[in-house]
Amino acid sequence: MAAGMIITGTTGDWEVVIGLEVHAQVTSNAKLFSGAATAFGAKPNSQVSLVDAAMPGMLPVINEVCIRQAVRTGLGLNATINRYSVFDRKNYFYPDLPAGYQISQYTQPVVGAGKLYLYMPDGSSREIGITRLHLEQDAGKSLHDQHPKNTYVDLNRAGIGLMEIVSEPDLRSAEEAGLYLRKLRAILRYLGSCDGNMEQGSMRADVNVSVRKTGEPYGTRCEIKNLNSVRFVEQSIHYEARRQVGLIEEGGTVEQQTRLFDSDRGVTRPMRSKEEAHDYRYFPDPDLLPLELTEAYIDELRATLPELPDIKKQRYADELGLSAYDAAVLVAEKETADYFETVAAGHEAKLAANWVMGELYGALNKAVMPIAESPVSAQDLSGLLDLLADGTLSGRIAKDVFEEMFSTGRSAATIVEEQGLKQVTDSGEIEALVGTVLAENQDKVAEYKSGKDKLFGFFVGQVMKESQGKANPQVVNELLKRKLTD
Amino acid sequence: MAELTDLTIAAARDGLKAGDFSAKELADSHIRAVESARALNALVLETPDRARSDATASDKRRSSGQSRGPLDGIPLAIKDLFCTAGILSRACSNILDGFTPTYESTVTANLWAAGAVMLGKTNMDEFAMGSSNETSFFGPVTNPWRREGDNRPLVPGGSSGGSAVAVAAKLALGATGTDTGGSIRQPASFCGIVGFKPTYGRCSRWGVVAFASSLDQPGPMTRTVRDAAIMLGGMAGHDPKDSTSVDLPVPDYEAALTGDIRGLRVGIPAEYRMDGMPPEIEQLWQQGANWLRDAGAEIVDIKLPHTKYALPAYHVIAPAEASSNLARYDGIRFGLRVPADDITAQYEKTRAAGFGAEVRRRIMIGTYVLSAGYYDAYYLKAQQVRNVVFTDFKTAFDAVDVILTPTAPFAAFAHGELAGDPIAMYLNDLFAVPASLAGLPATTIPAGLTDAGLPLGLQIVGRTFDEETVLRVGQVLESASSVTAEPEAWWRVD
Repeated sequence: MAAGMIITGTTGDWEVVIGLEVHAQVTSNAKLFSGAATAFGAKPNSQVSLVDAAMPGMLPVINEVCIRQAVRTGLGLNATINRYSVFDRKNYFYPDLPAGYQISQYTQPVVGAGKLYLYMPDGSSREIGITRLHLEQDAGKSLHDQHPKNTYVDLNRAGIGLMEIVSEPDLRSAEEAGLYLRKLRAILRYLGSCDGNMEQGSMRADVNVSVRKTGEPYGTRCEIKNLNSVRFVEQSIHYEARRQVGLIEEGGTVEQQTRLFDSDRGVTRPMRSKEEAHDYRYFPDPDLLPLELTEAYIDELRATLPELPDIKKQRYADELGLSAYDAAVLVAEKETADYFETVAAGHEAKLAANWVMGELYGALNKAVMPIAESPVSAQDLSGLLDLLADGTLSGRIAKDVFEEMFSTGRSAATIVEEQGLKQVTDSGEIEALVGTVLAENQDKVAEYKSGKDKLFGFFVGQVMKESQGKANPQVVNELLKRKLTD
Repeated sequence: MAELTDLTIAAARDGLKAGDFSAKELADSHIRAVESARALNALVLETPDRARSDATASDKRRSSGQSRGPLDGIPLAIKDLFCTAGILSRACSNILDGFTPTYESTVTANLWAAGAVMLGKTNMDEFAMGSSNETSFFGPVTNPWRREGDNRPLVPGGSSGGSAVAVAAKLALGATGTDTGGSIRQPASFCGIVGFKPTYGRCSRWGVVAFASSLDQPGPMTRTVRDAAIMLGGMAGHDPKDSTSVDLPVPDYEAALTGDIRGLRVGIPAEYRMDGMPPEIEQLWQQGANWLRDAGAEIVDIKLPHTKYALPAYHVIAPAEASSNLARYDGIRFGLRVPADDITAQYEKTRAAGFGAEVRRRIMIGTYVLSAGYYDAYYLKAQQVRNVVFTDFKTAFDAVDVILTPTAPFAAFAHGELAGDPIAMYLNDLFAVPASLAGLPATTIPAGLTDAGLPLGLQIVGRTFDEETVLRVGQVLESASSVTAEPEAWWRVD
């Protein structure tokens, strides 16, 4: 097992225990219990149905798409799917919660226990338990900056379907928590059940942190609410774990609290204590019947699951002969894997992997660009490799062509055509160049012949230069060898 | 010819069809009746213009051969609990002050699609919480019936008191009601009319202001069983917008009124004999059984052993759901708002000003029974009781086809008589609540009068979705009892 995060205090070493609750917005055109649209960035209150606004007499009707997504996600997390689950009301007053209750699942969630695997940088792996996944409604948004005194409410988000995915307290470091989030996000994206876009709020995390001396029972935990980036999750854990250790070592006790992370100052602050915790008065929503799923329904969804990262990684290693490291990198994001597979479809896998992880990643990193926005499409990269394979391009020229493709977005064939970069394999043409080079460097030819073998590379370089890099290096080598031994 | 307001729905339908009078004439008669009966406070909103235009449209359809069936041109009153598009819908609560929905409840939409004519919105207990129609923000409704030799105003029962009075005082040919724990049956019994609570899921709850979602059920209130059958046919049907609505075809309920109940088994549950119940109610019950026996039914003594737990369980479950359902009345988006400096104070002030005492009481009870530490002892226990009550009925229906009981343990009482004694008030629904908890169809039929001359009803409870048998037995009971007495129109101002 990879070493967890150990905090060395004045009284000894402390272990950090972390559990995550991730709220993932279900990818669906409509809300969980109404037909209103879910698009991001719409005009405030333009995507609100009578049900979302909790008008008198309105009733929720479950959106089947959201059920499918939750079940598929459960299957993707190797989890038990509960054939019988119940929607409950979680009651509390807040202006952005129009009904005065959120429809959620309390004691009987649609998905039960599952697991997720983390692959640590040192090559080891960790199994993280998933406690449950349940469906619930999102709330609206309170806007405090629209008026000097009043708060405005935007209900566009109100009623959007969320999957709350709860982990066991199996994580032992901020880094593991970060890996967990990235892995979970990758699985959701592979499944298409959540876009995982944390900036737009479609994925948010609540982090439970406690500390203990190794071997002791769990300490009292604090929950840090509503973190919207992997970096904040990691930062807040670092701060919170040290805060708790400091508190205990100074003779204090950790109080069970809900805390907020202040990203400007990098600290967590108390939001409310256990005593102030709401009594949500959960009870089964009488407007909705229990959700009953047939085995056939679950099987049908299981049969249509895409290949998920862990299985894909295995296949890349076993069938494509990629190293475990390369396979892990390529499957980490669905977009990368898709890209790679398109390129690898017509080419040797290792070559495709090298190009994707080498040239492409290099260029993308330099441009700080996600692969989805790459100016070089997978088809175009495949086209470049075609030209490499049929000898039209040399390896060196191919790299230049790639750079040109990346900066202009044009295809390899177009660039090669326009710039006349086609590799010269015609031995007559190359022979002429070889003749010129040898004639111009007769002193070096003499040195070579008297045993200075190293000069061979010099001749190759000169010929390539004369050909502006277009000469086929193999042909150049052969011709040079022949001429120099004449 | 008698006044058009004296007609039944069935007779009006036939008269319209025969061309004896127009829908417009029928509507005008009822508009006048409504205007002359304001002393009863049965309607909280009159919509005469709407009624006239509905009626004119109906006549036009009829003259061009496009009549939409038995309800086309029939003037109805609508309980204020139903949301009606463009028309104030306030559940008789101050918290819905000025609330005019942009949408139409499924049940009323069905009625308008069937050609019915809207006379106005009827008074009711606030949010349907009450058994005397005294909790309405718009003041109490007065029962058209009076005790002999006693002019004290009596309550019409509740919560659908305004609807019951509108029908009993002949202000409308029929009215919609809703029944959560007797709110159709008890006022119908008090006012001497037919009230029908369908099986839970038979009529859509969409657009009906929610009281207790697992119990609420709209139904018709009429002067005859046939009228109830006709009106139910216009209200019922599957609604994909209500997840608890049932996808079953709507039968021709009127066709179920064959008058033949020979061989039918009628259960008499011993547990409905209550200490202190007036003997005249007991006698009427016996009489009802005799009438049905005389019509060829078999009378069977049955047991519903958990009956006595139904009322307490109801008064846990209904307020629990209500406490949550009524959380949306927060002064933010519609209805009353009492401004304050911060959001919590605004909630408190708005809700304190908007809700009456009975509604506040039930919200508090409901909040309490759902609270951490009390949930298992109250809400969960009550749900268990609900299950055994359902099982009692299920077992009983192995042996019988319908169950006959009194509708209420007493007749109409005076305004203020039970005010301040909520427990006594809750006893009104003692016999109505078990069928509500079990979701069963149940009707009340006017079967006789008390010694003081007040109407009494008998209740018939049927199997799930067997409205037809309930109606059939109801009509036999109706013709056997042949109650012809009517209240004197003392309220009329012409």
